[in-house]
Amino acid sequence: MRTAQEIARSVQSGTTSAISELTTALRAIRERNDDLNVFLHVDEEGAIEAATRLDERVGRGENVGPLAGVPIALKDNLCQTGIPTTCSSRILEGWRPPYNATVVDRVLAAGAVPVGKTNLDEFAMGSSTENSAYGPTKNPLDPSRVPGGSSGGSAAAVAANMTPISLGSDTGGSIRQPAALCGLIGMKPTYGLVSRYGLIAFASSLDQIGPFARNVTDAAMLLEVIAGHDPMDSTSLPEPSPSLVAHVNDGVVGKRVALVRELLEGSDDDVVASVNQAVEVLRDAGATIVELSIPELKLGLSAYYLIAPAEASSNLARYDGVRYGLRVDADDVAAMNEATRTAGFGAEVKRRIIVGTYALSAGYYDAYYGQALKVRTQMIAAFHRAYQQADLLIGATSPSVAFKFGTKTNDPMAMYLNDVFTIPTNLAGEAAVSVPFGTGEVGLPVGVQLLGPGRSEAQLFAAARVLEIAEERS
Amino acid sequence: MTSPLRRDDVAHVAKLARLSLSEEELDLFTFQLGEVLEHAADLNSLNLDGVVATAHPFGLINVVRDDVVTPSLNRDQVLAMAPDAEDGRFAVPRIMGEAP
Repeated sequence: MRTAQEIARSVQSGTTSAISELTTALRAIRERNDDLNVFLHVDEEGAIEAATRLDERVGRGENVGPLAGVPIALKDNLCQTGIPTTCSSRILEGWRPPYNATVVDRVLAAGAVPVGKTNLDEFAMGSSTENSAYGPTKNPLDPSRVPGGSSGGSAAAVAANMTPISLGSDTGGSIRQPAALCGLIGMKPTYGLVSRYGLIAFASSLDQIGPFARNVTDAAMLLEVIAGHDPMDSTSLPEPSPSLVAHVNDGVVGKRVALVRELLEGSDDDVVASVNQAVEVLRDAGATIVELSIPELKLGLSAYYLIAPAEASSNLARYDGVRYGLRVDADDVAAMNEATRTAGFGAEVKRRIIVGTYALSAGYYDAYYGQALKVRTQMIAAFHRAYQQADLLIGATSPSVAFKFGTKTNDPMAMYLNDVFTIPTNLAGEAAVSVPFGTGEVGLPVGVQLLGPGRSEAQLFAAARVLEIAEERS
Repeated sequence: MTSPLRRDDVAHVAKLARLSLSEEELDLFTFQLGEVLEHAADLNSLNLDGVVATAHPFGLINVVRDDVVTPSLNRDQVLAMAPDAEDGRFAVPRIMGEAP
């Protein structure tokens, strides 16, 4: 499949049409979706209509935007008007949002063609997509293994060549980890760079929408389209979208890159080897390499698994059977609320609501939630110190390559450990990207993670591009 | 503080969160959530006196918009997605007893 950039250029120049690109995407979806369970809903009709309109506009000589005719997949926690949006939960089954998420409006305005909604761990809680109420998504590179999560469907859509780009959300690694396990570029942007309006909330101080793509330029293009201030999100940064595509070939000459011990510790040998190799590539490309230890990063996992559930327990209180989604009837309101939530939420969501409610409850608040918030302060300070010694940090995205189904489902703590390297970035509100680099067990891709301070997306993409060029040559 | 989670705690918190758990779920969750809280014990061992809490990465100050009326969601469309609606409102089961 061609890149998003190639598709957009040829649709705009008239050498191909949006409808023909869409047909290719729909064919790929039809061929493999039953096996891989990537899409929960394919909006064939809406996509055909959108593509037809784009072709008419191109025919009239209009510039239809940087993503002209590019098919795109949307994680099913992003609202799209009239299109079923479930968050992979029974509790939202049948709900059709009355509005578009800002990112959906922006990709539409850029000429992209949304083809459907992709599977996720229920309410984005998980690292394997096994927590979906609609069954797991399989990794297109090896269907006996997970695609990662929670944005597993959006990663699989791109890895299976169904669409060249997709959108996911990342609360503790939910874009970067599936990108790593599926061999893609996946970026978690700076908190506030992308509007969260219309992203169904999991943990509001951590959630951020970001791109998946098979190459750096496509990821940069997509992020450029969705980023920038939005008055509908009061946490949105005030500035317009940054220039990213223009900087992907800036390289890393003179950049200081720190290999961080805590972002590699405990990883499988093949992952360690890939990260070390990536470090050498950056050194050869002109970066100065230093080694750093940031002990505070090790506290991230514990802090995250209190803060995220605490916020989730509050955000998910809205699913009470009154305004949308499922209702299980009962004699009075309280009983209806309880019956609805008990039937509508899956086990992992219930676990997190209970941990969060506990961490926020009288008598435990200071010991758990309060303490976690203080650790968050220390994490931010630790990153700040690190960025005085280095421009970017490097480590692994995930401690292993894609794992087999069922290996961690009965042990929440083992599943949570998947996120140990990705969580600190969310706690600090900073940016990080996963880049496929090298292979591990049975030829599966390894993800190398590059981390930067807030608003460092252009530098991160430039460094990712250096690794990408080295991969292309090898 | 590393007080292990008790079964009664889980039952109580589940009730606060409007969830009912089966006996089997109670046992499983008590064990699994105990492990999560045990892992979190590393935070309790830290001396963080005087450290300011961060609830949000940017320490936002109030963000307000101009006081101008703008269109909001269409009421009929919103109510069409509700489990039950009546006379332009969300409908729920009885909240209080019959009027005397």
